[in-house]
Amino acid sequence: MMKEEIQLIKEGKRLDGRGFEELRPIKIEVGVLKRADGSCYFELGNNKVIAAVYGPREMHPRHFQDAKMAVIKYRYNMAPFSVDDRKRPGPDRRSVEISKVSREALDPVILKEYYPKTAIDVYVEVLQSDAGTRTAGINAASVALAAAGIPMKDLVSSVAVGKIDGEVVLDLNAAEDNHGEGDMPVAMVARTNTITMLQLDGRFSHEEFERGLKLAVSACRTIYELQRTALLERYSESVGEGEA
Amino acid sequence: MYKVVVPGDFLSEEANRAGEGTYVDDGKVYAMKYGIMDDKEEIKVVGLAGKYVPLKGDIVIGKIVEISFPYWIVDIASPYEARLHTSELTKGEERRIEFGSMNRYLDLGDLIVAKVLNVDAMMRVDLTLKDEFKIGGRGRLIEISHTKVPRVIGRSGSMIKMLKEKCNCFIFIAKNGRIWIKGSDDEMNLAFQVVLMIASEAHTSGLTDRVADFLDSFKKRRG
Repeated sequence: MMKEEIQLIKEGKRLDGRGFEELRPIKIEVGVLKRADGSCYFELGNNKVIAAVYGPREMHPRHFQDAKMAVIKYRYNMAPFSVDDRKRPGPDRRSVEISKVSREALDPVILKEYYPKTAIDVYVEVLQSDAGTRTAGINAASVALAAAGIPMKDLVSSVAVGKIDGEVVLDLNAAEDNHGEGDMPVAMVARTNTITMLQLDGRFSHEEFERGLKLAVSACRTIYELQRTALLERYSESVGEGEA
Repeated sequence: MYKVVVPGDFLSEEANRAGEGTYVDDGKVYAMKYGIMDDKEEIKVVGLAGKYVPLKGDIVIGKIVEISFPYWIVDIASPYEARLHTSELTKGEERRIEFGSMNRYLDLGDLIVAKVLNVDAMMRVDLTLKDEFKIGGRGRLIEISHTKVPRVIGRSGSMIKMLKEKCNCFIFIAKNGRIWIKGSDDEMNLAFQVVLMIASEAHTSGLTDRVADFLDSFKKRRG
């Protein structure tokens, strides 16, 4: 990758005008897919992802069944048009890895014992990407799982922190991710302070790591509130007319 | 009136009152599902969505999807398939159903009303039949989420009673969310519409009154 020097921080502001500890605008919509058991559309700045949950349903092939609990299948997929240069469609090394870590980020909250021998399918489609799609995908999937009525202990919230021009900042965008010095996605259960995913690409000093983690934790709490509100709003509006 | 909760919501300090749809962590009760909280003797969360899991004793409407001697494999709108043994059709009789002749009794696609006889640890589901088990002919099958079934029935059967009277239909509601309606075409369409309306507004209060208004206004329009 060519590395040209770009000044990412000007006069204490980032390129898109955000402060160091500021999230991009978030939009959450629940139940956007009629035929899925649960679904969620999630926007994080210019990231646009959609998550669909199907199941619990019969597991095929049969030998992948678990006699004691449900099996979670998670597919993270980027649309060919989601990035500047067309992405070759289909799974690749990167998306297989993201699918795995995302599944493991959600796994601890799902009460799988309630549906032995079944599969719960989670599909996350990235429609538009601007760095931080795995965190957006986890946020969306968590809401979609709840909307599908899957028994779970909590919602999972996720956000990334990074380092640009030597400063630890919250929620990198694509320019900051490409030209910055580090990126650290975190997923956690906001209520119990349990971290379920933590990755780090780049180099952080001990202090930088701690500061980054602290930023991520407080941002996850914010996101958790937004997720929760989105789910509650879906059933609070229509007490009057039917929505046929 | 109805309080919607999401997984992980704190519900109560009284762990001994924790009921269905909740879990206890560190002596406190939390919601395990996205649903409506029911705070009576027990604290329960009734899900707003979710798949049907068969329970012993449930009455379900099933569809024959496979014949595999000596069982019919029955789809019961659940992640788990059920099976029905040939002996269930010849209870108390001398004769037996021979291999290869099973489709003469029940064929693929046939609908049956059955009771869940047993569910084992492997989630194998066995069905048993009631006297009148075959349904078909001029009727309609509606499939809704099993979580909405209590609403279609109403408090001590108020909703279903009204539906039956005002639509003049035979209506049978099974635990797995399948509903069988039989009546004249117009009345069946009306009942169909109303059931879907109840299902989509199941979480709202005063639903029985609104359904009554809807049915009355419909009757008036037709004169």
